[in-house]
Amino acid sequence: MSMAHTAPLAMSGAPPRRAGSVRTGDRLWRLFLLAAGCGVFLLTALILIVLARLALPVLHQPGTWAFLTSSDWDPVAESFGALPFVWGTLVTSAVAVVLAFPVGLGVALFITEVAPTWLRRPVTFAIELLSAVPSVVYGLWGLFIVVPWLRETVEPALGAALGFLPLFSGPPLGLGYLAAGLVLAVMVLPTLASVSIEVMRTVPAGLRESAYALGATQWEVVRLAVLPHSRSGLVGALVLGTGRALGETMAVAMLIGNAPSVGTSLFAPGYSLASVIANEFAEAGSDAHVGALAALGLVLFLVTIAFNAAARLLIGRRQP
Amino acid sequence: MKAALSRRVRSAAAFLLTALCVVIALVPLLSLAWLVVSRGWAGFSWALLTEVPGPPGGAPGGVGNALAGTGVVVFWAALLGLPLGIGAGVFLAESDHDDRLASAVRFTADVLAGVPSIVAGIVAYGLIVAPMKRFSALAGAVALAVLMLPALARTTEELVRRVPGALREGGLALGIPQWKTSLRIVLPAAAAGIATAVLLSIARIAGETGPLLFTSLNNAHWSLAPDQPIGTLTVQLYNDAISPYPAMQQRAWATALLLLVVVGLLNMAARVVAGRRAEGAHG
Repeated sequence: MSMAHTAPLAMSGAPPRRAGSVRTGDRLWRLFLLAAGCGVFLLTALILIVLARLALPVLHQPGTWAFLTSSDWDPVAESFGALPFVWGTLVTSAVAVVLAFPVGLGVALFITEVAPTWLRRPVTFAIELLSAVPSVVYGLWGLFIVVPWLRETVEPALGAALGFLPLFSGPPLGLGYLAAGLVLAVMVLPTLASVSIEVMRTVPAGLRESAYALGATQWEVVRLAVLPHSRSGLVGALVLGTGRALGETMAVAMLIGNAPSVGTSLFAPGYSLASVIANEFAEAGSDAHVGALAALGLVLFLVTIAFNAAARLLIGRRQP
Repeated sequence: MKAALSRRVRSAAAFLLTALCVVIALVPLLSLAWLVVSRGWAGFSWALLTEVPGPPGGAPGGVGNALAGTGVVVFWAALLGLPLGIGAGVFLAESDHDDRLASAVRFTADVLAGVPSIVAGIVAYGLIVAPMKRFSALAGAVALAVLMLPALARTTEELVRRVPGALREGGLALGIPQWKTSLRIVLPAAAAGIATAVLLSIARIAGETGPLLFTSLNNAHWSLAPDQPIGTLTVQLYNDAISPYPAMQQRAWATALLLLVVVGLLNMAARVVAGRRAEGAHG
């Protein structure tokens, strides 16, 4: 921007009076900004080092692969397997994204293409409100509204209609993968909607107008011009939303049922990476237990980093 | 040229479907708001704000200590996180578009913004709780500072970049050194925007629970000390929500309402500040 042209001048132009003090001041200022900027790298390194140091005993003792593939979690016997938690995290996030993505896309289309101008701001505001609610309040709501509703209405109905599938078999408990996934869906919806809106706004007006000029209806403009142009960005929104869902802690901890097992039914109780850390860290008695929980944290960190980086690359390509 | 009737019907149907999506999205919001207000209102009293929580199975008491505790943890988190976050934001805003280092910082900040809050809790545990051998308000603050930093840096960058280049160039043309131009001309012009960003990031961390469970822990008594365990609204709410006692569950609903009010007020303040900035731009 403007600094591109002015910076070299300020540094190397004809020496004004007090050139020395000007230079020291500018140098100090730049040094401070550089330090603050590089603080972001430092923070990343710090997170990795702290997690790795805590997790080291576990990654050495049973070995990383054994840790990730064992499903036996017994802190008292110091036997640690991450599989139930990885499984629970993946299943709840998948449920959340499958449910939330179509709705989020619909909301984004409504706000960018359908709603009259006066309705856009209130609807956007209401969707933003969803993201301002603290996670623990979602958990409380889920516990008293979603869980009874699932146990008494949804799960019996799903079981009766689709019970032959392992996915919808077993007793309707309420607490479990489905409850956690459903509330997670509500929580990631604002992320999906707002990123989709951002992506759709970058569609060039010319593209829309040419579709209209060819006689397309409003929906055909969306299908032929808006959606194809936004495709990679929408995939980015999907990936970003999944990253959010993977790391959500409190609502999942309150709704998933906290059973360290690998369930194949959505009605079964399970456990997730983030929620076992939240539940057991404060009471972890041994270094090995703390180490195992930190190792779960390391897994979660690396996975979410990968998802976020992928999402940024997908969304960023479309930004001007 | 008029499209065929069937195509127009299909268009209308598709758009009706998007309106239905908005309704589906708003049902949970309305249900949640109604539930928290209707159930929390009964427990909303002066005692809720001034008393400490009663024992399990006993009288409910209040969450005054937890309200103060949330204030203490957020205060220390802001003290740690704001200078670094805003500094990193200004660094990004003052860099060139093709600056490789700045691009790397920007990308890293974007990626860090998605780090789960619970991971920040483990980092604070390793940095503060393990060496001090004690849970403390400060450890909770470190976790929240880590959480607020990346997003704050990116928002600050965006807002500083919006300051018209002519302002900066004017300062430099007058022979004012770069650092003074930045500090005295550019940053004040972006002040309202930065204040909005700060308020929004504080609203976000005030609602955090997970990382506090094993850093600041909880405390059923009054405490403002940074080196002691401290009660917070969110942790108190979580413990009450999963308890079997009706009196504690009732307190959870009242605490939830209080938490929504606190977070709502912070968000509203951010909007007011942002609105004032918009007015200033017109006038």
